Amino acid sequence: MRAIVVALMLVFCVQAAQAIDAGPAFEDPALQARYERLGRELRCLQCRSETIFDSNASLAVDLRRQLRELIAEGKSDDEIMQYMTDRYSDYVRYKPPLAPRTVLLWAAPILLVLGGVGVAITVILRKSRLPEDDPVDPGLGAS
Amino acid sequence: MWRYLLPVGIFGVLIAFFFAGLGRDKQTLPSPLIGKPAPEWSLPRLDDPTQVISSKDLAGQKYVVNVWGPWCVGCQVEHPELMKIASRKAVPMIGLTVPQGALVDKQGEPLPLEDVWSEMQLGLRWLRELGDPYDVSVFDQLWKTAIDLGVYGAPETFLIDEHGTVIHKHTGPIDMAAWERDFLPKIAPSRSTGG
Amino acid sequence: MIAELGHFALILAFCLTLPQAFFGLVGAHARKPHWMRVTNGAVAGHFVFAAVAFACLAYAFYVNDFSVLYVAQNSNSALPTFYRFAAVWGAHEGSLVLWLFMQAAWTLSVAGFSRNMPQGMTSRVLGVLGVISAGFALFILTTSNPFERLWPAAVDGRDLNPLLQDPALAVHPPMLYAGYVGMSVPFAFAVAAMLEGKLDSIWARWVRPWANIAWMFLTIGIALGSWWAYYELGWGGWWFWDPVENASFMPWLIATALIHSLAVTEKRGLFKSWTLLLSITGFSLSLLGTFLVRSGIIESVHAFASDPSRGLFILVFLGLCIGVALGLYAWRAPRFRSQAGFAPISRESFLLFNNVLLVAATGLILLGTLYPMFLDAFGLGKISVGPPYFTVAFLIPMLPLAFLLAPGMHASWKRATFERTKRLLLTLFAIALVLGIAIPLVVYGWHSVLTLVGVIVALWIAFSSLIEPLQRLRKRQSLSASVLGMSIAHFGLALFILGATIVESHKEEADLSLAPGQSTEHAGFVFTMNSLREVECPNYRAIESEIVITRDGERVAMLHPQKRIYRVQQNPMTEAGIAGAWNRDLFAAMGEPLGNGAWSLRLQYKPMVRFIWLGAFVVALGGLIAACDRRYRQRVAAEATSPAAAADAKPA
Repeated sequence: MRAIVVALMLVFCVQAAQAIDAGPAFEDPALQARYERLGRELRCLQCRSETIFDSNASLAVDLRRQLRELIAEGKSDDEIMQYMTDRYSDYVRYKPPLAPRTVLLWAAPILLVLGGVGVAITVILRKSRLPEDDPVDPGLGAS
Repeated sequence: MWRYLLPVGIFGVLIAFFFAGLGRDKQTLPSPLIGKPAPEWSLPRLDDPTQVISSKDLAGQKYVVNVWGPWCVGCQVEHPELMKIASRKAVPMIGLTVPQGALVDKQGEPLPLEDVWSEMQLGLRWLRELGDPYDVSVFDQLWKTAIDLGVYGAPETFLIDEHGTVIHKHTGPIDMAAWERDFLPKIAPSRSTGG
Repeated sequence: MIAELGHFALILAFCLTLPQAFFGLVGAHARKPHWMRVTNGAVAGHFVFAAVAFACLAYAFYVNDFSVLYVAQNSNSALPTFYRFAAVWGAHEGSLVLWLFMQAAWTLSVAGFSRNMPQGMTSRVLGVLGVISAGFALFILTTSNPFERLWPAAVDGRDLNPLLQDPALAVHPPMLYAGYVGMSVPFAFAVAAMLEGKLDSIWARWVRPWANIAWMFLTIGIALGSWWAYYELGWGGWWFWDPVENASFMPWLIATALIHSLAVTEKRGLFKSWTLLLSITGFSLSLLGTFLVRSGIIESVHAFASDPSRGLFILVFLGLCIGVALGLYAWRAPRFRSQAGFAPISRESFLLFNNVLLVAATGLILLGTLYPMFLDAFGLGKISVGPPYFTVAFLIPMLPLAFLLAPGMHASWKRATFERTKRLLLTLFAIALVLGIAIPLVVYGWHSVLTLVGVIVALWIAFSSLIEPLQRLRKRQSLSASVLGMSIAHFGLALFILGATIVESHKEEADLSLAPGQSTEHAGFVFTMNSLREVECPNYRAIESEIVITRDGERVAMLHPQKRIYRVQQNPMTEAGIAGAWNRDLFAAMGEPLGNGAWSLRLQYKPMVRFIWLGAFVVALGGLIAACDRRYRQRVAAEATSPAAAADAKPA
């Protein structure tokens, strides 16, 4: 039975028509830019791989309307994200908030780069003390 | 030379995760509302939009909110099971009828009642023809309450306790097995399950 | 009948992989030349039967044989012939047949171009490839038979997914698979070297052209996929950090690291165990991509219909192949330590940094893609990791890499003093600095520091990649294909960085409504909707609007965006109208009818967007040229330095 439901949910998602509004939601370009940015940070729960800004799923349409209302009410970005996560959990955020469980994720780029550079420096220090050529296999560089 | 063993170790851990992840359900999302107060709502009755029912009217008792719509195929699958569950009369059942997306005009303003009425008729006809499992049905034209409840695909079923706290959520078509497994034990302490 | 023939060919193809694997591996181990010779026959036979199976499936599509389930599910009598052929790999089963065929073709090429190699090595490589082919053939036969009959036959087919009815996407999977499968060749060479217990710089020379070609196919495949997403999904984006895109990007990053690391191994006999590890990782990530796409373990728009039993098969196969290879690595890699060194500033050091940064980038994409799965497995809830994370995270390793590229290209082996090039490089950097600040500001205006940084580094790479070819040209010196290919590939990368930076900084898009006769201004252009008309095609009908674009009263272009409904699956599809020029795209996509002839439209101005794919194709071209270097076709004169190779070459 679950399979049926999943199949049905997918039916709503295969439509490859993106959501296009009839006009800008806000006269003020700054508000419009915020609307687009936030809309692109929110994941549509009906069409799981689309943002609510891009998706044509009915839930995405409704959440876009909700987002417009919240911006028009003058809510801050944090308040809007809180509103969404209160209802749909962190799953709705494409940019996971920093929390104990996501520390590793957000630290990863820096850790990986620093770790890589550390390894590289260790290798270079060791190698710089060795003779330039290995008599057994000098490489084919000269040829 | 532990560093030469590192790749195979990392790989082993990855494979173990994939193995564990293979059979897991990717569709159902946990509700952040469990253990939190249910959102307050007041909505028109499906059969009589002049009357408004609100969550306050139901306070002080356990009840079930079933989110459904006549357009939703999963709801069709669920309906016979829901009739059986309702016949046990364990708790009051509220039908939260939703359209397929909020009924608004191009500017995003709510459509007037006369334009919404045909949509409500579809729901009423469904209940008339297939049977009505609900004690009362309300209509959420704008998906406002549905969004407050974190609904992302009908059908979804919520169990709310005496204090207005959400204590369980079932996503997708409910059946007798899920009802007996997940709902009844949470209902039982205050009410007998006999019936 | 044809379908049964195809199925039979598949079974025979599988059967022949067994002697290929057995005689290849065991023959080399037991040093029996006549056993090893059997391998070549098995390879040829396997190729023939894989080709027959593929041809049978293609034929079933060509004649609209809807008694074959797979054809009925993925084709339709109204589908144009070209797409009927492309539909062969339009879904899971057929794409695996394509995969098997590609694998057979690569194996055959390795067998054919192996005259420079000792028989034992060739035989082991073919044996390992045989094991991989066997796994895929078995996978098709047990879980995904494309020749399954449908009884009674369908009257007509359910049609190819309209999204896939597109020239770029018809070519995208073969290219991508050629790359994925190609990564199995360096993998097989790595395993063969570990089995033999011997790895020298000649080995690296054998592997380099194969790694280059596989990498080239990956580059083209990914670029085509991105190009397709740009105009066909209708969103105007070119990269979405979708898990499936990530799955194809990770092998590419590792392959990029590999071709650089192989250079060090060939020229200097260094980084041997690291090269081995990259060869293994590259192919594991190819397999992992396949697993992720087909097992339903992650959510993606591009995922195939998921099936846990298929997922389980690939997972077990992945575990065995890669587990054994990595186990072998832990056992044998310590032998390959080189005693040679290099100065802290040398080409070796630059390439080492190139490698660690590329691997760091791969690591963080892997982590970001799998992080939701990890949390879920620990019961820590469900989260999403999407574009806002990846765009930030990916730049952290990539920015330093880009800045190291220009000096790295000109560093000499062993010890780099930059005696001849120091002033030139600094001058070019100064020019890039001035132009990189001036041009974007004058042409597009201020956006952010990052924009300027991107343009500066792109120009610096572009200029300095031209130094060597131009200098040699001026002095009338010969230019090897390797150096030329490297220069071209780096120049292509510069074009890509330029395009990506400018378009992401200065794109302009707007949603609006327009009716015939109305105009609007967007990004300095005037868009006028002339007319709306209905279009009838055999497999779809569409509403098409004609939009004329003018600038300062002069006509610039005419667009014909369509909103299509495909007849069989009844999906609405957006076919964007794009007017391309070298320095910008103008893009219009139709949304919904709003009544009174008005439609919602999305208009986009995409400056320099074509440089993204142009750059990618130039990069791929560089890879191809480098792979054609004459020295790969010559027998290595220094063979005497490696006693084992010489001994192998003698008749036993």
